[in-house]
Amino acid sequence: MYSLTLIQASWIDYVIIALYFAFVLGIGVVASRGVSDSVDFFLSGRSLPAWVTGLAFISANLGAVEIMGMSANGAQYGLPSVHYFWIGAIPAMLFLGVVMMPFYYGSKVRSVPEFMLRRFGPGAHLVNAISFAIAQLLIAGINLYLLGAIVHALLGWPLWLALIVAALIVLSYITLGGLRAAIYNEVLQFFVIVAALTPLTIIGLHRVGGWDGLKDKITEAASHPGASSTAAQQLHSWPGTNLTGFSSDLLSIIGIVFGLGFVLSFGYWTTNFVEVQRAMASQSITAARSTPIIGAFPKIFIPFITILPGMIAAVLITEISKIKAGGTVPGGSSGDGVTFNDSLIFMMRDLLPNGLLGVAITGLLASFMAGMAANISAFNTVLSYDLWERYIVKDRSDAYYLRIGRLATVAATVIAIFTASLASNFSNIMNYLQTLFGFFNAPLFATFIVGMFWKRMTATAGWVGLVSGTLSAIVVAFLSKDAFGSWSTGTLNLSGQGASFVAAGAAFVVDLVLSIVVSLFTQPKPAEELTGLVYSETPRSSLVDADAVDYPWYRRPVPLAGVALVLVIILNVIF
Amino acid sequence: MSERKTAGFFDIRNVIGALLGLYGVILLLTAAFHSGGPKGTDNSDNWWGGAALLLTGVIFLAWAKLRPIVVADQPSQDS
Repeated sequence: MYSLTLIQASWIDYVIIALYFAFVLGIGVVASRGVSDSVDFFLSGRSLPAWVTGLAFISANLGAVEIMGMSANGAQYGLPSVHYFWIGAIPAMLFLGVVMMPFYYGSKVRSVPEFMLRRFGPGAHLVNAISFAIAQLLIAGINLYLLGAIVHALLGWPLWLALIVAALIVLSYITLGGLRAAIYNEVLQFFVIVAALTPLTIIGLHRVGGWDGLKDKITEAASHPGASSTAAQQLHSWPGTNLTGFSSDLLSIIGIVFGLGFVLSFGYWTTNFVEVQRAMASQSITAARSTPIIGAFPKIFIPFITILPGMIAAVLITEISKIKAGGTVPGGSSGDGVTFNDSLIFMMRDLLPNGLLGVAITGLLASFMAGMAANISAFNTVLSYDLWERYIVKDRSDAYYLRIGRLATVAATVIAIFTASLASNFSNIMNYLQTLFGFFNAPLFATFIVGMFWKRMTATAGWVGLVSGTLSAIVVAFLSKDAFGSWSTGTLNLSGQGASFVAAGAAFVVDLVLSIVVSLFTQPKPAEELTGLVYSETPRSSLVDADAVDYPWYRRPVPLAGVALVLVIILNVIF
Repeated sequence: MSERKTAGFFDIRNVIGALLGLYGVILLLTAAFHSGGPKGTDNSDNWWGGAALLLTGVIFLAWAKLRPIVVADQPSQDS
């Protein structure tokens, strides 16, 4: 039996947590007061080396949803979860750096929706800006839900109270820290998260008797009746049939490569404003292109400190192994029963002594804060500049739009609280998230890639493709067994992550086909308006830096991307 | 290059180094003087965690000291 709180933190842990907030708020105060030293502060920001922007790039994505969701996947499915990184992130990040970034950077747009506006006009812009804004609210809600779960586990507060207090903390964090301190906080957060998860993994591995011990225990657990997937499925990343829910190996591989690796991940990494913004803000095309490519290297190794602890939790933690064998356990961070999302919290409870426990709690809190702050500030930017200024109230002073942005922050936080209670209805948060990505991002990538390389594509085709693509993903999700929980009708025999892959695939194909068909029947934009936006209309010289050829190989984007690609292939062969 | 200023404490490497270094010291102190703690956990793990964090912190501080970011009129990329 455990006491009221899941985790027994001591004053030492609170000191460690408080120290982190002192650092974060200190950065925020200095950034907002504009003291003389802040000149150095911001100038050094402008000359930040590429490793810093690269870390900030993946940090924006390394939110709590990612960390807890991935350890949940690790506990439930085992090694096939690595596909979310090696197949579902790295190729897309490299593609963004090598192929797409020159267009974003070269066209000098301020946001991804603004690129839509320049290429396709208001129709596609509105669809993109509104769907992005809504997605950010939903994801902020998921982040908040997980943050509330941690506070609940830590202090024993009921979830609703934890949600409100956590939302207030994030609100003050955004207001005080502002956008300017964001990059610093993100980089700091990255190191704290690594410092939090590494000891957990090493101690956990030690307890189960190393990698061989872990394999033996997973094999043993999978032999019990009630186990949902076999040991072979959990200990090899391919074909990943337990992850996709497809019974055929071939279909599963196609689902992972096309659905996750191509449609979902390219849609997310190459068009998501939260990510792309980091690279857009750097000082040269080479720096902008290098940002996602450098970020790819730490990203390759993150599964070892997220998925691996999840796999260990499934054999080491009594509660998690029980639910994995098909049972139910009361309690957990949500208060209505243990779920796979609790894997990390239980690992922290059972393995970490006071001290290291404080570092781990700090790491989780840091990732919630940064994740939710990134979503809400991206929402602000798009709402005030892409929507409000462009369509609702035009031509007012800068101060006016700043005030709108502030009001939007508060509104977004309130809405996120409601979204958070929605998120608690889903047993596996990744399912929910992947479903969302399918709706918003999969058609987006099809529209972008056709629009960037086919000058004939028209404005009408832009918005028609986006709307119909998103709708078709929603239809597939409704017809599946469980993509929408109890709302899904079960007409199609699809469940788990496989349903998300198929929904995303449908969105992509429908968007692609309709974009081409509609373009053939409507009038394209004149070629001179497409300079910098479409490959064939853009001079080669504006896509690269003239002096970049003289850099050593490790500072040039393309050779670096090649190294990352080889690394990922090697890892796929090993596991 | 008339004006050569370094970024000082606000070099991100100093911020990272200071935080991780402090964490390292706290963990080492905990390992030495703390007793008790949640059931099943091992206080001596703090020795390893603390040493690793302190070392990482010191490396970041040393890196920032040895290769400072120079803030010049023309921002240059320093790596």
